[in-house]
Amino acid sequence: MLATDTLTLGYDGPNILDQLSITLPAGQITALIGPNGCGKSTLLRGLARLIKPKHGSVVLDGHDIQRIPTRQLATQLGILPQNPVAPEGLTVRELVAQGRYPHQRWFQQWSATDETAVRSALEITNMVELADRAVDALSGGQRQRAWIAMTLAQETDIILLDEPTTFLDLAHQVEVLQLLEQLNRQSGRTIVMVVHDLNHATRHADHVIALRAGVVQAAGAPRDVITPSLLRTVFGIEAEVIPDPRSGVPLCIPYGLCAAEASDSLLHADAVGNRA
Amino acid sequence: MAVTIAQPASQPKPKRRAAAALAIGLLVAFGLLLVIMTLSINFGAADVAPSTVWASLFDYDPSSTQHLIIRTLRMPRVLVAAIVGAILALAGAIMQGLTRNPLADAGLLGIESGAALGVVLAITFFDIKTLNLYSIFAFAGAAVTAVLVYSLGSLGRGGPTPLKLTLAGAMITAFCSSFTSAILILDQQTLDEVRLWLAGTVAGRDLGLIGQSLPYVVVGMILALSLGRSLTAMSLGEDVARGLGQRTGWVKTIAAIAVILLAGSAVALAGPIGFLGLLVPHIMRFIVGLDYRWLLPYCAIGGALLLVVADIIGRVIVRPMEVPVGVVTALLGGPMFIYLVRWRVQR
Repeated sequence: MLATDTLTLGYDGPNILDQLSITLPAGQITALIGPNGCGKSTLLRGLARLIKPKHGSVVLDGHDIQRIPTRQLATQLGILPQNPVAPEGLTVRELVAQGRYPHQRWFQQWSATDETAVRSALEITNMVELADRAVDALSGGQRQRAWIAMTLAQETDIILLDEPTTFLDLAHQVEVLQLLEQLNRQSGRTIVMVVHDLNHATRHADHVIALRAGVVQAAGAPRDVITPSLLRTVFGIEAEVIPDPRSGVPLCIPYGLCAAEASDSLLHADAVGNRA
Repeated sequence: MAVTIAQPASQPKPKRRAAAALAIGLLVAFGLLLVIMTLSINFGAADVAPSTVWASLFDYDPSSTQHLIIRTLRMPRVLVAAIVGAILALAGAIMQGLTRNPLADAGLLGIESGAALGVVLAITFFDIKTLNLYSIFAFAGAAVTAVLVYSLGSLGRGGPTPLKLTLAGAMITAFCSSFTSAILILDQQTLDEVRLWLAGTVAGRDLGLIGQSLPYVVVGMILALSLGRSLTAMSLGEDVARGLGQRTGWVKTIAAIAVILLAGSAVALAGPIGFLGLLVPHIMRFIVGLDYRWLLPYCAIGGALLLVVADIIGRVIVRPMEVPVGVVTALLGGPMFIYLVRWRVQR
């Protein structure tokens, strides 16, 4: 299980997250939501140890991740950063094979286990046919599937993804989200993702953490958490929340900015935005 | 190397190559290098038969003029060309992989000009004459400029982008070259000593000098070749590499030490030779793909081949005069640079 204990994160300027203590339920899909600059990407980077905490810690199965050897951590937790770029000409198979890095040693470079893991990652993501194509020649959705396949080949119980659906068209967004859901349901992987579309969060996540200005505003099941008042506090929008006609999960329909919150929220986003 | 090029024509990009084919290709390339090195020794103002070359190596006769020419002039020359070519190409490949910058090269990023300035300062102000001490100053100059260029190029938004690094490199090169010129204008004696060397030349070195540089070269090459797997992961981006369990700080440190040792040794041995570190990794990537475990050894052999050939060309084109090999590589590398800027750099 992954959790944070009074975690304080920041770059050179003021702290982006201050004394944050949250739990990411094992075996579930957690969505991190919040306005631009609220610290959700920073939190994800902190969970993956890409930034060192200024204070507090990230705890994985009872151990501070700063104390876990880098390579060992990479067999337990995989991260897909936002909009990764593969070198020109790298094939899908070569990219996916990189996921085996933490399982290899210099004297034992490519085993049957590695081959099986790569094969199965390609199959799950439906990339077998495209395995010998160059990553940079693929469509956005295929490219994202290739990167997810690399993370899968890493065979970690926990997968962190930063905006996995950004820049994708509607069909590819659905494709990626269904793939993540399938990974969670079939192999019990814990998935933590930063998402912008609230309806993606409510449809596909079991657990939602809403952040604003580095503070958790609400955490829990989408049904319990996503309410008009939360949307007002977190995003500064007036919205209707109705049950999804098919699944019954909350469906948000934004109508406009709240008068008082609007200017404040935009100012804040401006000040902190783009840092992460 | 023809073995490894064979690919299905319908496929758009380089494919995963079988390790066996790559290993054979590497051996073939190494064989080719030895052949061309022998040809280079044969070849010169006084033509020497291959059998004499062989005899001079393994059955040396001090009274033979031909043996003497081979042992004191031609062999050191071809060895310097091969070593310098190999280490500059390695340094270029490491820098390109680590910074994900297709324009990275010890020459373009100012490291060679810094090393050269270090050597000129050593000769002018400390009256140093041995290559061993040249090397120390070359390393110091290389290290200082590498840090300067990287810090300058990292300023502002987006960190060290190819454009900013290249601009910073051009600026530092201009600064170091001006400073070098200023010293040479004021100091005729130093000028006489380094004029040819500053154009990048593999002539006029003896075996002793090569021996002095060998420890640095060997350490630099071992460090470089040990980085293969890490560089492949780093080329996916630093966040991805760390997510895969790379200790990126450590990798960068080793890589920086390797680049400084390699580029510094190259400059101490042959002066600043431009474009080779840029050219060779791009050609080799086309042949062997993007796996640095293979790319690095191929670059070493490819760089050696290219510089030995460039040296032969430099001896032929304006016979009986000679063009310094650094000029030849610049002539070859200029068009390649334009091609890369025009078609390969995204940002």
